[in-house]
Amino acid sequence: MPEKIKIKRGLDIPLSGKPSSEVSEDTTTVMYAIYPDDFPGPVWKAVVKPGDEVKAGDALLADKITGTIKLVSPVGGMVKEINRGERRHINYVSVEAGKAVATPPEMKISTDKEGIENLLQSTGLWAMMRQRPYDIVPQTGVTPRDIFVTAFDSSPLAGDIIIREDYPSLEKGLEVLSKLTTGKVYLGVRQSQGITSKVAEVVEVEGPHPAGNVGPQIASIRPVNKGETVWTTDAETVVRIGKLFEKGVIDFHTIVAVTGPEVKDPHIVKTIVGASVKGILKGFTESEEGVRIISGNVLTGVKVNIDGYLHYPYRQITVIEEGDQADEFMGWASMNPGKFSVKRNFPAFLRGLSKPFDFDARIKGGKRAMILSGEYDKVFPFDIYPEYLLKAIMAKDIDRMEKLGIYEVAPEDFALPEFVDTSKQELQKTVREGLDYLRKELS
Amino acid sequence: MKGLKKKIDNVKPHFEKGGKFEKLHSVFDGFYTFLFTPNETSKSGVHIHDSNDSKRTMTTVIIALLPCVLFGMWNIGLQHNLAVGDPDRAFFRMFFYGFFAVLPQILTAYIVGLGIEFVVAQIRGHEIQEGFLVSGILIPMICPVDTPCWMLAVAVAFAVIFAKEVFGGTGYNFLNVALVTRAFLFFAYPSKMSGDNVFVSLGNQLPVDGFSGATPLGQLAASSGEAQVLGVTGDPLTLTDMFFGFYPGSWGETSTFCILIGMVILLVTGIASWRIILSAGVGGFLMGLLAHHFAMDLYPVTYLTPFEQMSLGGFAFAVVFMATDPVTSCRTETGKYIYGFLVGVIAILIRCYNTGYPEGAMLSVLLMNCFAPLIDYIVVNSNINRRLKRAIIKEQ
Repeated sequence: MPEKIKIKRGLDIPLSGKPSSEVSEDTTTVMYAIYPDDFPGPVWKAVVKPGDEVKAGDALLADKITGTIKLVSPVGGMVKEINRGERRHINYVSVEAGKAVATPPEMKISTDKEGIENLLQSTGLWAMMRQRPYDIVPQTGVTPRDIFVTAFDSSPLAGDIIIREDYPSLEKGLEVLSKLTTGKVYLGVRQSQGITSKVAEVVEVEGPHPAGNVGPQIASIRPVNKGETVWTTDAETVVRIGKLFEKGVIDFHTIVAVTGPEVKDPHIVKTIVGASVKGILKGFTESEEGVRIISGNVLTGVKVNIDGYLHYPYRQITVIEEGDQADEFMGWASMNPGKFSVKRNFPAFLRGLSKPFDFDARIKGGKRAMILSGEYDKVFPFDIYPEYLLKAIMAKDIDRMEKLGIYEVAPEDFALPEFVDTSKQELQKTVREGLDYLRKELS
Repeated sequence: MKGLKKKIDNVKPHFEKGGKFEKLHSVFDGFYTFLFTPNETSKSGVHIHDSNDSKRTMTTVIIALLPCVLFGMWNIGLQHNLAVGDPDRAFFRMFFYGFFAVLPQILTAYIVGLGIEFVVAQIRGHEIQEGFLVSGILIPMICPVDTPCWMLAVAVAFAVIFAKEVFGGTGYNFLNVALVTRAFLFFAYPSKMSGDNVFVSLGNQLPVDGFSGATPLGQLAASSGEAQVLGVTGDPLTLTDMFFGFYPGSWGETSTFCILIGMVILLVTGIASWRIILSAGVGGFLMGLLAHHFAMDLYPVTYLTPFEQMSLGGFAFAVVFMATDPVTSCRTETGKYIYGFLVGVIAILIRCYNTGYPEGAMLSVLLMNCFAPLIDYIVVNSNINRRLKRAIIKEQ
């Protein structure tokens, strides 16, 4: 019997625009891109020039220090642009898919630890994993205590991470991963998925979001202590690893849920990692005026414009109203039943808070000091006092950050607290800055 | 509304940096955000937000206070008519008597307090914070009806500046501002804040024979043994009278019934902590029980039953509206139980065994405000130790 854990403190935000199970295929997209900022940790440098021909799986970027961790092209074609921002920081590298999407050559498969690591690093799959502490791409030369894999996404309107046909590849991938750790590989699943494994420790997770995030799963299974490193990833990456070791090819296909109140007929689209938003959204929206397109979910996703690309690790696009022209009169006194709040001081709680709401992107209030207490705790399933940890981060007190559990958290764990916060503070940004500061000071 | 918005947007540049009325920026901003919810959309992190904000939170508390405010005004009229022997019991005449009796105090508290908030917000370049919207109505409610406005003004200014702004404003103060105001009045002008003549508004009329304006707890503190609690006309008070609040006292806090309505509003909306209210109620009840069991003539208040203890004076009001102030109470959920329990126990303890103070709720909350950070410190430290222990077990 698999172990069961129950996440109690959390919230499923009732956002409208849930995707149907219908699947359509995106066959027209030709532009793809990789955003190095989606892979925090290493400093990335480009190893291609615009105009270079690349095959799917060829490196586009490599990390500056070791040069062994690569970010690869998801498709075969020609490098179109290396878009740079301030101080020549690379925003993205885009690739125009060739007519015949070239299949990469078969790769040499090794079964020892070093061989596996090298292969994962050179195929870009390494960069698709994360390590805690710091929530960054795993550092080389560190053997993780355990590896945590989540097989479901509980964030608002998210689709499935894994389809039934891929279960054998998942098992293969888990087997490969189990060779990289001295501890165990844990797989967090929903009971309904019916996933079993011989090599990994399957854990059934119940409860609302953030049950599908690895953070709360780790916290319930075996929390990270100072000096320890664990790796985290999702089932999709593990399936890719499995396929690589089964067939010798990398498969960058992905399923994207197109969701949100501003999408008509929300459903699933089959496409490739890094596809252009324009291609995916074709036929889903009438106009790009006044809407916010989010690559990912509404809690942790990245705002993109219509010319942008799908960000990693998201398998979702959410479109909501921007709302910056709302001019709401005395919103604090509003009796509008369309306004959601976990506090029951809006009339919406009378009609039921589980019915979907059309959220817009407004902050809906001014930024204040922390006034109400216990708000964060209600949606933060860790044995951590979030408010005290945040204050330690703001004060840049490293000793206190360590004592209060900073090694156990990632910015995404603070997404729900940020959503419910009456004082409208930017908590995820604070945590990211804290983690970066800590890494800089301690390295 | 579009027209109004347009007009305001037109004058907005004058209030921004370099404009004619640059010095009034915070005031303008305060009124602007009061009228129109800012259109600002999220720049980092989550893309959608919960609709509740600081303004809505404070508004909810004020709504929860309204039953007490309205009843208190009516009760002032009732007590006045009883005291001067006026047989008139017309609802609105009594209500408006009370309304006009306390209106100057409410206005004074708001003008002085918000005035200071506006000035400080401008100096610091902050937005105006809403905390005083609640404090401003709380302050007159916990003062005697005849408190002179100038005293109130001095006390409010002292409390807002020295209990709040010097620490950084709303969210950073460690003492409840309304209670600091009350404590300042109590200790600076004791003759006007206690005794037999301040809790009933006579309005320059002569009282009837047998009149006593002392509050029930005041009467008991002055007695020398088990005594009956009397109303203003000398009739004994029943537990029903005490529960519904038909007796003289600081005008906003006499009716436990109205306080319970407010409590329900605060708990249903999720603004106040049920942990604090519950544990304070339990603490007060247990202490009342204990005191009643060991009742003695030396401490006449101990003769009250626990239910009478909880219905009289400021206990219920302090538990529901003062102890639950999120900024000055414990911020950890475990700490809230301890904090609330001690607020309840100490309030009854002071009331019973310190005959110098007829009421202990104010002092109890202020005392626990001081200890709240310590309780939180212990609770958070136990979490830290748990984490350290976990790491050590692993190393072995």
